[in-house]
Amino acid sequence: MLSGIGVRFGGLVALDDVSLQVPDDTVVGIIGPNGAGKTTLFNVVCGFVRPQAGSMSWQGAPLRPKPQRLARLGIARTLQGDGLFAGLTVLENVMVGATRFARAGFGQGLLGLPGSARDERALREQALACLDQLGMADQADRMPGSLPYPLRKRVGLARALVSRPKLLLLDEPAGGLGGEDVDELAALIRGLPGQGCAVLLVEHHMDLVMQVSEHIVVLDFGRVIAAGPPDKIRDDPAVAEAYLGTEAGEASVSQP
Amino acid sequence: MDRFVFLTVDGLSRGAVYAAFALALVLIWRGTRIINFAQGVMAVVTAYLAYSISNATGSYWVGFIVALASGLVLGAVVELAVMRRVEHAPPLNAVIVALGLVLFGQGVLGMIYGNQYRPAEAPFSRVAMTVAGVPVVSRYDLFVFGAVLVLMLAVAALFTRTATGLRMRAAAFEPMVSRLLGVNVARTLTLGWALAGLVGALAGLLVLPTGLGLHPTAMDLVFVSAFTAAVVGGLDSPAGAVVGGLVVGLVLSYVGGYVDSAATPLAVLGLLVAVLLVRPGGLFSGTTARRV
Repeated sequence: MLSGIGVRFGGLVALDDVSLQVPDDTVVGIIGPNGAGKTTLFNVVCGFVRPQAGSMSWQGAPLRPKPQRLARLGIARTLQGDGLFAGLTVLENVMVGATRFARAGFGQGLLGLPGSARDERALREQALACLDQLGMADQADRMPGSLPYPLRKRVGLARALVSRPKLLLLDEPAGGLGGEDVDELAALIRGLPGQGCAVLLVEHHMDLVMQVSEHIVVLDFGRVIAAGPPDKIRDDPAVAEAYLGTEAGEASVSQP
Repeated sequence: MDRFVFLTVDGLSRGAVYAAFALALVLIWRGTRIINFAQGVMAVVTAYLAYSISNATGSYWVGFIVALASGLVLGAVVELAVMRRVEHAPPLNAVIVALGLVLFGQGVLGMIYGNQYRPAEAPFSRVAMTVAGVPVVSRYDLFVFGAVLVLMLAVAALFTRTATGLRMRAAAFEPMVSRLLGVNVARTLTLGWALAGLVGALAGLLVLPTGLGLHPTAMDLVFVSAFTAAVVGGLDSPAGAVVGGLVVGLVLSYVGGYVDSAATPLAVLGLLVAVLLVRPGGLFSGTTARRV
């Protein structure tokens, strides 16, 4: 739940009075042209960017996010591109995502106490189970660089899901994916609310957003220009204008 | 032949120490992209502490343990108190701050202990045992090999078998992404420095009895050799540090034995320049790709 968020970078207004809500167990889509402030909004929620105005709350409590605290709050995020650790195996990548479940500290690790090894095994099992759910258990020991791009994206997704988030922030999950992969992704996203995970989705792939979102927020130049269910957004003239830069009617005429 | 065996064993023994010391440099480089030029003086500080404690208690091993523990603490303190402030600054700042620490540390040690050499005792005999009439390896060499081996295995286990090690590796590769995933990156950096402090302390304790003894500048040449070892192996690669250490140890031993012992510092620098010219990333650089 965000209300009245404002962010400026110097003289540039990146977000202006943006409010939105992600109710439990729903998928909310954010769309808008390049530079509309979608990723900035994610960075605000993650604590990479501090807003100059507005407030956020999460599960009834005020949210002043710090990136390393998010996972513990039950918020996970995927990144544009794959954002994977190139030097770690697929399984280890996912294990880092589960790191909030680890208990043993550095001292124990150094002294090789059993608690730390037990921790590591638990992480390993959780990560494997998560990869298995996404049908990737057999790729666990490969390096991310050796996988095709759609599978790398899926590893990124597994790394976010393994922390069992209550809210998943998806930053362009369909970027660079082909039609079949997008369909699989859509099915997966639609299944998440049923598992107790709400989704906030930033995506350019319009079909995907329309398919999976119950509610859509349209940003343009840092402002919310429209919000509502997919059907309403599809027919909203302001949205068409923002995307095409002119009256919808004229645009369709001028483009052969 | 006797000479060759002696020089090889001696080279490997020194090389093991350089490997440990190079590992300390690699641990810090991977996490922070800083070459810790103060690693040598940090090791000397812990060695002096070991000296004082051993003299007071009469036991080498009490001093040994205290030195390792203080290395761990010293590493963390240096990171928290000083290096944290230059981690995001241009690289030159960190270099200058580290060199400042060297001067500061050596100055303080000189004030407390004086600038004369003090004996650094070896816990075992350094006289080589003979096999079939050929002097091969001393008990102290065996101790050095054993200690470095245990250390390497422990560090490897930490990185590959524990959740903490996994976090440290992840944070070294992609600090921002790691934070998003719930890793406290600042803490992994402190841990990396602490670990490097411990590793460096061990290397110092092992190498000092083989040199002239304890002196505020006693680790300066060792630092140059270990730095060369780290560069030879590739600064990003712990395994490279080990191989680089052994290579540098052998080269120095052969040059000192067959050419002239005065030529060894030149040989180190020559090797450093050669590696930087031919393969600036180090011999093991191809194994881990890294986006910067």
